[in-house]
This record gives sequence, C-alpha cells and structure tokens, in this order.
Amino acid sequence: MRTPPLLAVIVCGVLTAAVAAQDTTVLRFGGDAEGGAPFMEADPNDPSRVVGFEVDIAALLAAGLGRTPRFVQVGFSSLDPAVARGDFDIGLSGIEDNAGRRARLAVTVPYYEFREVLTVRRADAGRFRSLADLRGRRVATLGATLAAEILERARQEHGIEPVIYEDDVHPYTDLAVSRVDAVLLDAVLAERGVRRNPALANQSTDIGIGHYVGILAARDATLRDRVDALLRDAMRNGRLQAIFTQWGMWNEDQPRLYARVLAEESAGPGGPDGPPLQTAEPEAASAATVRYLPALFRAALITLALSCVSMALAVMSGMLIAIGRVYGGGLLRGALTAWVELVRGTPLLLQLFVLYFGLEAFVQLPALAAAVLGLGLNYGAYESEIYRGALQAVPPGQLEAARTLGFTNWQALRLVRGPQAFKFALAPMTNDFVALLKDSSLVSMITVVELTKQTQILAANIGSWFLPGLVCAAMYLAMSLPLSRLARRLERRWGAGIHA
Amino acid sequence: MSALTVRDLRVERGGRAVVQRVSFEARPGELLALMGASGSGKTSVLRAIAGLEPVAAGSIDTGGLRLGPGPLPRGAALRSLHERVGMVFQFHNLFAHLTAVHNVWLAPVHVRGDARDAAERTARRLLDELGVGARAGARPHELSGGEAQRVAIARALAMDPPVLLLDEPTASLDPERRAELARTVRTLVSGGRTVVAATHDADFVRGCADRVLLLEEGLVASESGRAGPGE
Repeated sequence: MRTPPLLAVIVCGVLTAAVAAQDTTVLRFGGDAEGGAPFMEADPNDPSRVVGFEVDIAALLAAGLGRTPRFVQVGFSSLDPAVARGDFDIGLSGIEDNAGRRARLAVTVPYYEFREVLTVRRADAGRFRSLADLRGRRVATLGATLAAEILERARQEHGIEPVIYEDDVHPYTDLAVSRVDAVLLDAVLAERGVRRNPALANQSTDIGIGHYVGILAARDATLRDRVDALLRDAMRNGRLQAIFTQWGMWNEDQPRLYARVLAEESAGPGGPDGPPLQTAEPEAASAATVRYLPALFRAALITLALSCVSMALAVMSGMLIAIGRVYGGGLLRGALTAWVELVRGTPLLLQLFVLYFGLEAFVQLPALAAAVLGLGLNYGAYESEIYRGALQAVPPGQLEAARTLGFTNWQALRLVRGPQAFKFALAPMTNDFVALLKDSSLVSMITVVELTKQTQILAANIGSWFLPGLVCAAMYLAMSLPLSRLARRLERRWGAGIHA
Repeated sequence: MSALTVRDLRVERGGRAVVQRVSFEARPGELLALMGASGSGKTSVLRAIAGLEPVAAGSIDTGGLRLGPGPLPRGAALRSLHERVGMVFQFHNLFAHLTAVHNVWLAPVHVRGDARDAAERTARRLLDELGVGARAGARPHELSGGEAQRVAIARALAMDPPVLLLDEPTASLDPERRAELARTVRTLVSGGRTVVAATHDADFVRGCADRVLLLEEGLVASESGRAGPGE
C-alpha cells in the first residue's frame, strides 16, 4: 500500500516547512524565477540554483544577518500575499515601490531606480513617441505594475487600450508580430526586450520613474529595519554598485537615488517613519473595490460573452463530432475519436498557450479569438461525448419505426433522434456551461482581462483578496445560478416521459 | 394478383439462418397470420419485408418492387418500399417526444410532403376511427398499451400502404381489447388492404385470419386456412 509512505512524506514536508519558518539561521527570499535575467533565473549551469542581481542582494543581506539564503519560488502576482502569510521572509523580485505596498507590508528602502520605457516597432519609431501618439492603439504591459497604472490612466487621458500580460517576455514578442502597437515596462525589461527582438526600439520619452524594493510582512518591521541598515551600508561601501555593474544595470540614476536614501533615511512615499501600518486598509479596500466596480462589471460582461460564444462553438463542434462518430465510417470515427482523446487528455491551459503563442509563427490569432477557439474546441470534445451518449440513448426501435415510415437517416436524426437526444443532453450540457463560465478565467493567461483577472488586478492593488474575492464570487454566482435554475426547469418540462 | 410475394426467403443473424426457404403470397383484402413459437422466425420475416433485415437469399416482391440478397434498401428504393409496406411494432416504438397526433402526421408531412393542416386532419380522423381520438394530445408515456397500439396503427395507416405488417399485435392487450383489435383489423382488410400479422394468439387468428402459415425453427411447417377473398 502506498498511502502511509506518501502521508509520511507530506507530514515531513509540512513539519520541515514549519521548522524552516521559525529557523533564524535561514533567510528565505521569495521571487519569481520566471522573471528571468537580470532579476533571477535558473542557473544555466545548474538549473536547481537561481542567479541574478536579486539573488546577489539576497546573499548580501543574508551574510549581513548571519543567515543562509534560501530561495522560495512564488508567482510574481502572488508575492505580496505570500510574504504577508509568512511563506518567506523577504520578497526580492523587481518589486516596485508603491503606496499600497507601504500601507500593507514592511517595505525596504529603494535599492534601484528605473525609468518606464515605451517600446515600439522600429518602423513606428517616428510616429509613436509617447502615449499620446497611441490613441486607440493596444499597449502591452505586465499586470500589477506602475506601468499598468500609467496605462490605466492613459486609457482615460489618451484613449489607449491597455493589454495586460502575465509575463514580461510575450509583450515584446507580440509587439514584434503586431498584436500590440507598443509596450510600456521598466527600462531593465525594455532593454532585454529590444535585445531579443531586433525589430523593436525603445523611445527616450520620460514616462515615469519607479523603484525596486524588498517586501516583508508588516509584523517583520524590526527585520526590515535591519535590512534597511544593510542596504544603506551597501550603498555607502559600493557593494550594491558592484552587483548592478556586474549585471550591466548600473547608471547615473543610482548614485542620485543612493544619495537621497542616505540623506533622508526615508525615501519614497511613506517610508519607515511613515504612518502606522494597516490602519487605513479596510476603508481603502472597500473604496478601491467600489472604484473598480465598473471595471469588474465590464470584465463580467466579457466573461459572459466569451462563455456564450465559446459554448455555442462547443455545442456546434460537439454535435458534428458526435454525429460523425455515430453515423460516420471507420476512418472518420477513428479520426474523431483521436481528436476527442487528444483534447480531453491535455490541459486547457496548454491548448490556449499553443493556440495563442505556439501558432504565432503561422497565424496570429487575436487574443479573444484564441480564447473562444480554445474554450470552444476544448469543451466541444466533452460535449461530443455527451451528445454521442444521448444519441445512443434514443431507443433503436424508434429509429426502425422512422425507417419503416420512409424517413431518411438525416430526417430521422433531425426529427426523431436529435430532439430526444438534445433533451437527454440538456442537463449535463448546462453543467458544462457553468463549468466553462468558470474555466474562462484561464484565458487571462493569454491577455484577455475577464472577471477573475480583473479581480486579481484589484486584489494586487489593494493587497487583499477578501473583498475582491467576495465581489467576484457574487458576480460568478449571479451568472451561474440562473443557468442552473433554467437547466432544472427545462429538465422538468422536457424530460418528462422521454424514456417511455 | 398478389400484393406480396415471398420466395425462398433466407434471413441470417450472426451467420446463422433464422429464416430459411420461406415462401408465401398474400393478396389484397387478405389477412395472413404467421404463427409459431418464440424464435420461430416470424418477426424476422416481417422485418425482412419491411427492409429492416437484409435478405440473405430468395426474394420479396411488393407491388412490383423486388428486394433480393444484398444490403438494406436505401434512398429512393427505401422510400418506394415504404409507399407499399407499413409496419406496426410489438412495442409500438412511438416517437417519445411527440404527441399521439404528431406521431401520426410526421411522416405524411416530411416524407410525402403533405400540407401540415391536411395531414393533421387526416391524423385526427384516423385516431377517431381507431377509437383513440380523445388521446390525440397525449404523449406516448401517457397512453395505455392498447391506446399506444392503435396510435401506432394510425401512424402506419397515415402513409396509406397497401401492405400492413403487424408484429404481435395482441401481446399488450387484454381480452376485450383483443376482440376490438380483431374488428379493427378486419375492417382494414375488408377495405382491400393486405395484412400480415406475426402472432401466437390462436384466438386472434381464429377470429380474423384468412390463412395461417406455421413456422418452426425458421422453416414453414404447414400452411392452412380458407381460400382468400375474391376466390
């Protein structure tokens, strides 16, 4: 039996984690290695290790604290709640300083200053110089960043259309293939984006300035103060300069930042001597949620529309597949069975990635089209199984009766078999629609901002999932409950006596 | 002239003959009963005539349309077969999602292209004649066995086939209903229709069959009965 060893492993893992959480000989630093160089990435020579300037800073801090650094991988958008929960001691991952973070977390002094940089295709370098030139255009960025906030403001001021990505690589590849018309991200990412895509160019327009900081849980203010002291030392003794020089990031902005930090002891909004932490949070959260309500409603509409169109595609493709598998010849049946198994046997998320990013070289599907196609074809495979079962559930005697009355196969399907199969399929179909409504949140991975993604943006901004989660859940329920009720009613009305 | 001629019919299932060397004729205005124990092959004979089982050997001739060995009839052949032959199944096989009257007018409208209004009027008249006019709006699961039987007969008659096949027509009926059905079938026959009924109900056969073909293990064991009408 395999359960006891597995259980033992889990228990050991939990215990180890609990011990590590209290272990003051280790400095657990959280980051997202998917962020890549120069921040942090898997060491090409030893993928079990991470390298990058954030890793070097963590080592510097750990040494100063007399601890051993240990890396904890956390998705970029989950860093704030993860550090608040105590998953690691300090977050170092190109994390931007902002008022929201300072209100919720213990934030270190800024250790790097960056400029927001607008990247465009070389061919457009003459006409797209600033955000104002991009009215009506799609401008990509990474979610929950200063750049995303700037773009949100530019939506109102200049009528641009922000496109939110989950990572900082695809904005540039999508810019190169004209899916978007510009990218706004910090200079570090912009330099890397242009290095990898020679068809792109960075504009020198001033758009905004931000800072990287380390984040700790609010209760760890004492540790934060020790980290601040270590960072200031490293600014004075040139060790930070050495790290950034090594990673090719040192520039004339940094000495000015360091001079300010060392002079003021409280650079940036709030700062260590700022107002007491967390007191303003409940009101800020509710106010921010109210402010986001229109965006949440818009996102809910996108979720609903996307789900309806995808379901229509799923129903149509499912019907065709089912009819092909019930009526078709051996070859067609084999091909359709293989298709259904392929689609059901691989993750929807993978299918979405392949459709949107994987096929980029051949066909550049717009994000919404890729989303509809991915969801529709994926659910179509599941629907086809429901319809096939439903078609086969219609008693064969009725089909023989139809034959003896002179109906063709097509007429028998349309007039006798199909309508009854539809009624058998109705309840599972409605279940699938509700499931699709919820699975549609996956399309946020290919830049579609639907309800869950919009909630995630809100939660990242206010640093709490509680209120946004409640509002989001209420919106999903408001969409799915009527569907479930409708299904039950239709089932009662149409289901009666169909098996007689 | 015969309405239906079966010659040396062989029907196989799973490579095994379930009907072999069966020959008979049925004339207009004649009720031929196929009798025999369960598994004697009588239902298979009806199914072959209705184009539901392939003919392995021999032939079936209905009003000039000939079915021989080969695949089941399709397309135009199937359609012209069912202008000549209608079938009422033992378990009725009514379309479960439609009302009784809708079951009856569906084929005239979609197969023959009749106008919906006219087809529905005819359907109601047929249901009235068969004594189930009051049940026109009922769904199959709301009908008793006898009612469903008569709706199924009406559905077959709506296409006005010269040959009507009945599979175990009395199986789901109580004695009173059996007598009623016998009268109904006699009325159809006296109107000139050919009826072939597979049954093991001796009373029904005595009451209305013109001739009886007794099948045993797929073969004709005996043929008996009075001469057909018109002779």
